[in-house]
Amino acid sequence: MISFTPSEEQQMLIDTLHKFAESELRQQAHDCDENAEVPMSLIKTGWEIGLLPASIPEEYGGFGEGHSMITSVLALEELAWGDLGIALNMLTPALFAVPVLLEGSEEQKHEYLRRFCEEDFYPATAAFVEPLFQFDPFEMKTTATREGDTYVLNGEKAYVPLAEAADVMLVYANEGGQTQAFIVPRHTEGLSVTKRESLMGVRALPMYRLKLENVRVPAANKLGGEQGANFTRLLNYMRVATAAAAVGVARASYEYARDYAKERVQFGEPIAHRQSIAFMLAEMAIDIDGLRLMTWEAAWQLDKGQDATKAAYLAKLTADDVAMQVTDRGVQILGGYGYIREFPAERWMRNGRGIATLEGVILL
Amino acid sequence: MIDFTIPDDIQQQRKLFEMVARDVMRPIARYYDEHEHEIPWEYVNRMWPLVKMEWAQRVTRAERQLAGEKKEKKEQKSGKRKYYPNLQLVHMVEMLCWGDAGLYLCTPGPALAGFAIDAAGTPEQKVRLLKRFAEGDPKWGAMAITEPGAGSDVSAISTTAVRDGDEWVINGEKIFITNGWLALEASDGLVVVWATVDKSAGRAGIKSFIVPAGTPGAKVTKREHKLGIRASDTAALVFEDCRIPLDNILGSPEVQRREDKRGFKAAMQTFDMSRPVVAAGAMGVARAAIEFVKEKLAEQGIDIPYGVPKHKLSAVQRDVLEMEAQYKMAWLLTVRAAVMTDERQPNALQASMAKVKAGKAVTWITQKAVEILGPLGYSTEYLAEKWMRDAKINDIFEGTGQINTLIVARRILGYSSRELK
Repeated sequence: MISFTPSEEQQMLIDTLHKFAESELRQQAHDCDENAEVPMSLIKTGWEIGLLPASIPEEYGGFGEGHSMITSVLALEELAWGDLGIALNMLTPALFAVPVLLEGSEEQKHEYLRRFCEEDFYPATAAFVEPLFQFDPFEMKTTATREGDTYVLNGEKAYVPLAEAADVMLVYANEGGQTQAFIVPRHTEGLSVTKRESLMGVRALPMYRLKLENVRVPAANKLGGEQGANFTRLLNYMRVATAAAAVGVARASYEYARDYAKERVQFGEPIAHRQSIAFMLAEMAIDIDGLRLMTWEAAWQLDKGQDATKAAYLAKLTADDVAMQVTDRGVQILGGYGYIREFPAERWMRNGRGIATLEGVILL
Repeated sequence: MIDFTIPDDIQQQRKLFEMVARDVMRPIARYYDEHEHEIPWEYVNRMWPLVKMEWAQRVTRAERQLAGEKKEKKEQKSGKRKYYPNLQLVHMVEMLCWGDAGLYLCTPGPALAGFAIDAAGTPEQKVRLLKRFAEGDPKWGAMAITEPGAGSDVSAISTTAVRDGDEWVINGEKIFITNGWLALEASDGLVVVWATVDKSAGRAGIKSFIVPAGTPGAKVTKREHKLGIRASDTAALVFEDCRIPLDNILGSPEVQRREDKRGFKAAMQTFDMSRPVVAAGAMGVARAAIEFVKEKLAEQGIDIPYGVPKHKLSAVQRDVLEMEAQYKMAWLLTVRAAVMTDERQPNALQASMAKVKAGKAVTWITQKAVEILGPLGYSTEYLAEKWMRDAKINDIFEGTGQINTLIVARRILGYSSRELK
C-alpha cells in the first residue's frame, strides 16, 4: 500500500552507500576531476559493494532476487551525491549488464551476467550517444544491417565510457527504423576508438568517440535474440536512472549551500538569516523533493511492469532543469567561493549541466 | 517499501466524485461565477447527504466516548487493512476542484471548523457542536482567524474573549472568512473564532471559541466580491459583546489557562492537515486546465509526444509538457504530505512544501493555458479564464506562497521565527 519510506534493506543500502560516498567519493572527487581519471583502487572498492550481483538472480551467478529500479534509484542518488563522475565510472559495467538482465535472451544472460558477479571489476560499456546536435535515440544514424548470420554495424558513437579498457560493449544502432542493441567485443575488426572526449563536467569519467566501419557480429549478438529488445523500455530505465542521478547532484549542492549559508557571517549575522538566501534554499529543497518523488514513481511503475514512458520522460525533463537550477544556485549562494575549483560547488554545477546530455550513460 | 498504489476504495470514490464534478459542477460553473453570492443548491443538495453521513459517524464515535466506551481500535483490529482518511480527502478535493473550485468551497458541512473541533474538542463538545452537521438541512461551519491587522501573523490577533461569569464575551472583527455568511446567517451552522484571552500572553493567550449561528452580537458586515472562486462565500464578521457559554472554548479545561500554549499549537497544527488539502484543490484546477488545453490542441491535430528529444518539440508542446511536469511534482508532494498525516508523522515541512509548489504551479499552469488558447483562452465562452482567476487564491489562502516558503526555510535551516524573520 502507498508509502514513501524505503524498506529496511533499502535503508541499509542507502546508509552503506552514503558512508562510502562521504568517506571515499567526496574525498577524492576534486582530484579525480582535475586528473580526469579515477584510481583503480577506488573503483575496486566500489565494485566490492556488489550492486550488480545484488540485482542479478542466482541462476546467472548473482545473489539477488532480480532487478529493482526503486533500489537502483536510491543507490544512484547516494552515489551521485558523492560524485557523479566517479559514480558513473564505477557503474559503467551496468550499462551493459542491466540491459542484458532486462532484455537479454536466456543464452545472453547465461553468457554474460556471471562476469559481473566476479571479484574483479569487469569492464563492459555501452555506445549510445551520437555526435550530432539533433541526436535522437529513436532515429540513430548508426546502422545495423543483417547479412546472413551476421549484423554489419556502421556509424559513429560518442560519450562511450571506458571504451578503451572495455572488454565488451553494447552498441545501439538503427535496424530498419528501429533502435536495437548489439553485443560487440571491444576488439572486433572495424571498431576503433578515435579520441577521448573532453567535457565540461564528469571529467573523472573517461569517455570516448568510436567509429564502426563494417563491424560484423553474429546475428545471435542482437540483444534479446532474434526478436530483439524493447528499446523504449530500456530508454525508460535510462531516463529514470538519469533523473535519480540528478537528485543526488542537486542534493549535494543544496546541502553544501545550506550549511555554508548558516556559517557565513556578513553584516553581523549568518547570510541564511536573510530571506533572499533562505528562500532560494527553500525552493531548492522543494524542487529536489518533488523531483525525487517523480523519479520514485517512474521507477515504481517500471518495477510493476507498467508503461512508464510518460512518467520517465517527465521525470527526466524535470531533472534537466532541477539539476541545472539547483546547482547554479549552489554556486550563487557561495558567491566567490562558488566559482573557485578548490570548493565543490562549481564542479556540481558542471556535473549538473550534464544531466540533460548524459542520457544513455547512466544506468543501474 | 516505496509504493504508489492508490487504495481501491479511494479509486472508487474518485469515480463517484468525478461524476459529481462532471455532471453537477461543470454545467453550473459559469452561472455561479456570474451570480456571485447565490447559493448553488444543485451542488449543495447533492453533497449534503454524503457530508451528513460522514459527520454522523464522527458524532457517534464521540457519543460512545462520552458514554465511557474505550476508543475504537479499528486500525489494529482489522489487521492489515490500513486507513488513509487524509489521502482520501486530497483525492476527493482534487476531483471536486477539477469540477469547480468555487463550488467545492460551498460544500456544506463544518469543513475546517469541524476538523478543529474533532481534533481538539472534548467528547462532550464534539457531540454538542457537531451533531447539527449530522442531521436536518444543509449547514456550514467556518473558521475565523484573519483580521484586518492579522493575516500571516496569527499572533497579532486582537479579537478578545473576556470571561464574565458563566460566559465568554467576544469583541472584534474578522475578515476574509470562507463560508462566514453561510455558517452564521444562511444556515444553522457555527463559526470557530480565534481570540485572545490575554494580549500580554502572546500566542499562549490565543484560544478558539465556538460561536453558533443566531448568537446575538455576531453578524456579517460584508460579503466580498472577488477575482475568482466567486461561487464561494467570503465574509467579514463583527462580534460586538457577543456572549457564548463558558464551555464553548475549544478543548479541555486546562487549555483555558492563559499560559497554556497547547491551544495555539493545536490550532496551528490543523494547518499541517489542511495545507495538503488546499494544495490538492489547486491540483484539481491545474488538471482541468491541462486536460482542456490538450483536448483543444488535439482538435487541431497537435498531440503531446512523450519521449522525443527536445529539439523535435514545438514551443507549445514544450509548454504543455512543462505544465504536466509541474502538475506531477506538486501532486506528488501533496500526496506525500497527506500520507504522512495518515501515518501520524510530523509533516509541517512537507505540508508547506506541497502548498508552496501547488500554489505556484496552478497559478502558472492556468496562466499558460489562457496564453496557449489565445483569443479563446481569454474569452468567457470557455472556462480557462475562470480557472486562471480561481487558481490564484491557492497561492494566497491557507498561508500565502511566501509565508509557506518561510516555514519551509525555517524548517530546513533549523531556525526560529526570530532568527529568520
